Amino acid sequence: MSLKIKRNIPLIDQHDKNFMYGGKFGGNFIPETLKKPIDDLTKLFTKLRKDKKFLNERDYHFKNYVGAPTPFIKLENLTDHLGGAQIYAKVVSEANGGAHKIYNATVHCLIAKKAGKKYIVGDTGAGYAGKMLSMAAKKFDLKCKIFMGAKDIKRQRPNVEAMKKNGAKIVPVTTGSQTLVDAVSECMRYWVSNCDTTHMCVGSTVGPNIFIKICAWSTAQISRELIKQVYEEFGRVPNKLKLINCVGGGSSAAGFWNEFINTKAQLIGVEAGGPNNSTLHAAPLTNGSKIGILHGAAQYVIQDKEGQIGSTESISAGLDYPGISPLHCFLKDTKRARYTSASDEEALEAYQLVSKLENISPSLEPSHAFAEAIKLAPKLNSSEVIVVNSCGDSLKDKDIIKQKLGSYIR
Amino acid sequence: MKSKITLAFDICKKEKRPALITYTVAGDNTKNNSLKILNELSKHADILELGFAHNTPIADGGQIQGSSHRALKNGIKLKDVFQIVKKFKKINPHKPIILMGYFNLIFQNGENNFLKSCKSSGVDGLIIVDLPYPENKKFANKCKRKSINFIQLLSPTTSKDRMKKIIKDSHDMIYYISMLSTTGGKLKVSPKKILHNYNAIKRINPKKNLVIGFGITDKTISSLKSANGLVVGSMLCKTITESLKMRQNPVTKLGKVVYNLKSKII
Ligand SMILES: Cc1ncc(COP(=O)(O)O)c(C=O)c1O
Repeated sequence: MSLKIKRNIPLIDQHDKNFMYGGKFGGNFIPETLKKPIDDLTKLFTKLRKDKKFLNERDYHFKNYVGAPTPFIKLENLTDHLGGAQIYAKVVSEANGGAHKIYNATVHCLIAKKAGKKYIVGDTGAGYAGKMLSMAAKKFDLKCKIFMGAKDIKRQRPNVEAMKKNGAKIVPVTTGSQTLVDAVSECMRYWVSNCDTTHMCVGSTVGPNIFIKICAWSTAQISRELIKQVYEEFGRVPNKLKLINCVGGGSSAAGFWNEFINTKAQLIGVEAGGPNNSTLHAAPLTNGSKIGILHGAAQYVIQDKEGQIGSTESISAGLDYPGISPLHCFLKDTKRARYTSASDEEALEAYQLVSKLENISPSLEPSHAFAEAIKLAPKLNSSEVIVVNSCGDSLKDKDIIKQKLGSYIR
Repeated sequence: MKSKITLAFDICKKEKRPALITYTVAGDNTKNNSLKILNELSKHADILELGFAHNTPIADGGQIQGSSHRALKNGIKLKDVFQIVKKFKKINPHKPIILMGYFNLIFQNGENNFLKSCKSSGVDGLIIVDLPYPENKKFANKCKRKSINFIQLLSPTTSKDRMKKIIKDSHDMIYYISMLSTTGGKLKVSPKKILHNYNAIKRINPKKNLVIGFGITDKTISSLKSANGLVVGSMLCKTITESLKMRQNPVTKLGKVVYNLKSKII
């Protein structure tokens, strides 16, 4: 049976009454204790997203705090260098804090205030989700705790420093692989124990359904801006327009594509392929992982035959996650989006080429998307357009890049 | 025909005491020891919960995570868990065993396949931490048809309306989570408050066997003994951790701990 996207229904609302997308992705596989807090949050969000005053508030903060719109620029030098399709970037890294995670963080803080909560907790991998949540928490006067894998604390130092400066308490997670997957688990466990006083923010479009919805609803700002910018530049959505985005949990991609779902634009997601010489990766869609349950939702997930969640490996902490948003599983199975992966080495090369030729310097996550653009562009006609979501800045990856390439340029 | 779980509660009621329910993880600290531990526990416990470990648990505290970690490091697989149950049941055919774990393992094994193994090894009941009501209805019915108890969970956050529905659809035993916590948390609510909630649930259907779990140790168990049953888990996992650290035999150590727990509720 082939899945279909229903027309005129927002992507996040394509689920059935059990909160499953396409009948098999998502849902709420949660302990009983979280049923009520999740129901309460679902009711509150359902109300708020129809509330004019709340929408105005959101738009006000997106404009004045996050900084909307983020730039849409042509990468002239990269285009010339590759000699094919015209390459553009949506420079989401210009948003306050340096990445798209600010949208979700801001909205969660606004919701936490409406819910009367004084504490907010969140997970982070690359440290951006944590940094943004700590920033927004400070702005909206919420006490903030961030769960982060001990391995990621070491490899994403600049963002850790930022969180500390914002007054957040960082809880190092030392279980399992000590990366994002463990941080999300630990954060959920914390919420189970503290859901009466504390609001939880999940850092990407993963987790129980309501967190997927809030996150994708927040990052949708990216494509609301982009579709306008595309019309301004081209007067229409160009034929065969390609929108390329990296996918870890999938929040930036969902936001980058949302307003284009009902257009002819081609949506290409790039997962983390891991090092060239390794069998490990973080690309469940590209490599045909089976459906399993991770962090409360059914999704394609890297796992063994028994159902134990598998290890991942990626140079990019933000993409180093065994699962993927149920939204992307749905987009894959409906064939609305196509997914591929880039290796660590390809991402590094892409980082280097873009940083050398252009005024932007993508972090290792969007460098995966640039790697795909670099592969595709030379094969395409100069009338075709590629837009890459440059959703993070390389500064946070300085240490890793120096270690791998010998020097860091920006 | 009454289930072994119901029969166990009947005996305890006759003796005017709560059922003592233990939780350990299959394969902790080894497959062999795990069987020995069950045999030892069964001398004093009325019902045995046996965890099948998952490496990404979203509701377990540190102690049980530690046990699961040891079990997985030992290479424990579902088929080993069923082997342990089968061997245990050969010696103790009447002692009820409840498997407890996360849904993904069942999902990957196949629901029917999993239940078939439960049946052939002698599993009496299931607690699935991340398959709440009403999402669990279909699977719970499947269990019922196979005469396996699906044990519903209630928590302090469960609304009265929801409780009524869950209790109506429940089987022979219901599990009340004493407080907002992962397993192994310190009891942060007074026993009086817990029993107050417990009694409110009992009033909805006094016939259902209702047990309390989370935060129960030798320090707190006697204050809750008016319940139908009390679950002790993290304290036992911790006992294993500590006896390993001190190079003691976890089996004999656990025997003493359960004896002591039992003595506090009779
Ligand atoms: C810059 C950047 N891009 C992408 C990601 C991946 O997350 P997602 O797929 O949710 O956008 C992260 C996650 O930390 C990130 O920091």
